[in-house]
Amino acid sequence: MSSLLRPFRWITSVSLAGLVLLAAVLAVASWRVSIAGPLPSDDPAQITGGDTEEGARTYQSRCTGCHSLDANRIGPRHRGVYGRVAGSLPDFDYSSALTQSDIVWNDETLNAWLINPEDLIPGQAMGFRLNDAQARADVIAYLRRESGK
Amino acid sequence: MRFLQNSLSRRAMVGSGVLSAATIGLLAGEHALAGSKMVATDTAGDVAILNVALALEHEAIAAYQIGAESGLLTADVTAVAVSFQSHHKEHRDALMGTIETLGGQPADPKRRRAYERALNVASLKSQTDVLELAARLELGAANAYLGVIPSFGNRDLAQVSARLAADETMHWTALAQALGKSLPGKALMFGG
Repeated sequence: MSSLLRPFRWITSVSLAGLVLLAAVLAVASWRVSIAGPLPSDDPAQITGGDTEEGARTYQSRCTGCHSLDANRIGPRHRGVYGRVAGSLPDFDYSSALTQSDIVWNDETLNAWLINPEDLIPGQAMGFRLNDAQARADVIAYLRRESGK
Repeated sequence: MRFLQNSLSRRAMVGSGVLSAATIGLLAGEHALAGSKMVATDTAGDVAILNVALALEHEAIAAYQIGAESGLLTADVTAVAVSFQSHHKEHRDALMGTIETLGGQPADPKRRRAYERALNVASLKSQTDVLELAARLELGAANAYLGVIPSFGNRDLAQVSARLAADETMHWTALAQALGKSLPGKALMFGG
């Protein structure tokens, strides 16, 4: 290092130490994210323990773009869906795949539907998926309550 | 109100003329449509999802029309409603063009009376009621567009869905602010 730069040598040392510290912080942060995971899990086993009030909030924010409890809109009305045979409302124009299905909506079928509708009933029209297992459980609990079950 | 309707019609005409080539290409991804990439994807499934999105846009256009004609909105709010409606018309036109390009049949809008019944328009008594309805629909639409992203076979369409969700989120944010709602306390409140 030239004599001209010597007075600034401490700055170089501090910068290097700062970089090492920053790298350490980022490594810890990355490790924490990988452990805690900011994204929801997708474990179908978590369908029990749904919270109806949380389900109502989730339903309002995630489902009401297309659905309502008491009116057919882009999708069929939902009050009474729990326990109903899929595609069985007489006043809604379902896909043929849904009308031909004999699935009954319950905890398991609704959970599978919300994970991936196309996997459950190929050829149906809904592309929406709800990836968060707890959110699915909450919505299913809400729909069950609103269906009087 | 006739002026508003004429204005809306002119916007729609101008919009569809501009959109027919440029935006449809942008929406569907010209390279994907022209090449063999689409063959490998589930085009019928993608068309079905796009048609659900189109039905959602039809409903949003009707909702803003009903709101604008309700007599419940101030002139300033009406102008915003008309602006947001024009965005939904652009979405509609682009979705219709993409569905047709993919060989599908675009879904038709329902009659206005059906939308009025489905959205319980009779319950709207104030500007706040109209804004609450609009905010609910926009939030639902944003989450719907995010929620269908994993289902698209064509990844270009998935990206389009994200862009549509961004538009709806922008609408929701403006409406929430107009309603005096506080900003969300947590991140990642959309989708999931």
